[in-house]
Amino acid sequence: MSAGKTVVIDYQTGNLNSACKSLRAVGADVLVTQRPEDLKHAARIVLPGVGHFASTDRLMTSGIGDALRERVSHGVPFLGICVGLQWLFAGSTEALDTHGLAVFPELCEHFPAGIKSPHVGWNSLDLVRDSRLLHKLPTAPYVYFTHSYRAPVTDATVAVTNYGGPFSAVIERDNWMAVQFHPEKSGAVGLQILENFMKVSGC
Amino acid sequence: MLTRRIIACLDVSAGRVVKGVQFVDLVDAGDPAELSMRHAAGGADEIVFLDITATHEKRALLLDAVRRAADRIYIPLTVGGGIRSLEDAMLVFDAGADKVSVNSAALSRPELITEIGSRFGEQAVVVAIDGRRKSGRPESAEVYVSGGRKATGLRVLDWAQETEARGAGEILLTSMDSDGMRNGFDCELTAAVSAVVQIPVIASGGAGNVRHFADVFTLGAADAALAASIFHFGISDARTMKEELVTFGLPMRLPC
Repeated sequence: MSAGKTVVIDYQTGNLNSACKSLRAVGADVLVTQRPEDLKHAARIVLPGVGHFASTDRLMTSGIGDALRERVSHGVPFLGICVGLQWLFAGSTEALDTHGLAVFPELCEHFPAGIKSPHVGWNSLDLVRDSRLLHKLPTAPYVYFTHSYRAPVTDATVAVTNYGGPFSAVIERDNWMAVQFHPEKSGAVGLQILENFMKVSGC
Repeated sequence: MLTRRIIACLDVSAGRVVKGVQFVDLVDAGDPAELSMRHAAGGADEIVFLDITATHEKRALLLDAVRRAADRIYIPLTVGGGIRSLEDAMLVFDAGADKVSVNSAALSRPELITEIGSRFGEQAVVVAIDGRRKSGRPESAEVYVSGGRKATGLRVLDWAQETEARGAGEILLTSMDSDGMRNGFDCELTAAVSAVVQIPVIASGGAGNVRHFADVFTLGAADAALAASIFHFGISDARTMKEELVTFGLPMRLPC
């Protein structure tokens, strides 16, 4: 479908099997790496993330963060998944000593007391403006979430989900794209989102 | 709105799906990967494999089934039965599972919950609890292990809270009083557990019709419910169930 490698960043938490499998299912030529130099020839870059925010420290210390910022500013589309979305923010109350990439200046926070956490299961997306990732989807599509921290709604938010109030479910600004849910676990809707990402041409 | 989940559960033995006939004889019901695909296409929100024999020699057959299923479905897959160590869990994750379910091993060594959680994330650890009431009251329910053969002396409510404190992502609660009876879930026990933890509770045991699911979601405050044998009793798939559950005012993933 699209030429060139889709580089999937491995920062050694959880397993990347299902993200890679789903990307391959929509035509990606996947390269999994832990090395910043492998980002150099990437046609697009994906950061699947599960686990604790503190584990994203590795992305900074390894030089992945800087390499990524440089690539994306030169037109390479990026997709962050779950903690991969939260990492684009300045930080998270989950680990205040860990700095995010700060593409967005806000802070991610825990769900408020009084509702069950983690937020696990299928919840709907409410589109707030046009989105490249959410092209060709049904109205209020359901996707699979599993997380305890969430990003606030900002001017980069293209879709919100409601659980103890609205939070950013999908973010897009220039070549930075991210989803809080797991497209690789979200059935046909998730595959459509990944396919849409594969069709985004960088700017 | 967050929907309630219908989770299709497959009992697997030596790499094949089996179903019990009159609680004893196991009849071959097909290939786990094939049936997973069918349930996913039928609208199930998740799939669970329960390795009911879980012998060391047959483990390779289970892992092969997990691998083949994970290759073909795009919804969450949980694998339980016979996970006794972090190494057992790693093999299952490597094969493509998204979550593991631990039961007896977590009771003999509760640190296992934390070990798996810190390696794969808390969302990946489901703790299965088999409970049976000692007296009439749901609070009296006691935890059983070894396929329900051995009482532990622990209260279900206490153990549920401990598993949460140790980092369980979800609780899979089976009522042994209701299991196999087809008279409905133990809604009181499910509600009691759901009230003392913040993590999601999956109800299991006793479903005989769609109304029972509506009850456990409303009266039982369950976040999800396991559907196993109900698919053998005239209800064709999860989609059919969900279409009916919506009429009770329950949020369901539809279309699916």
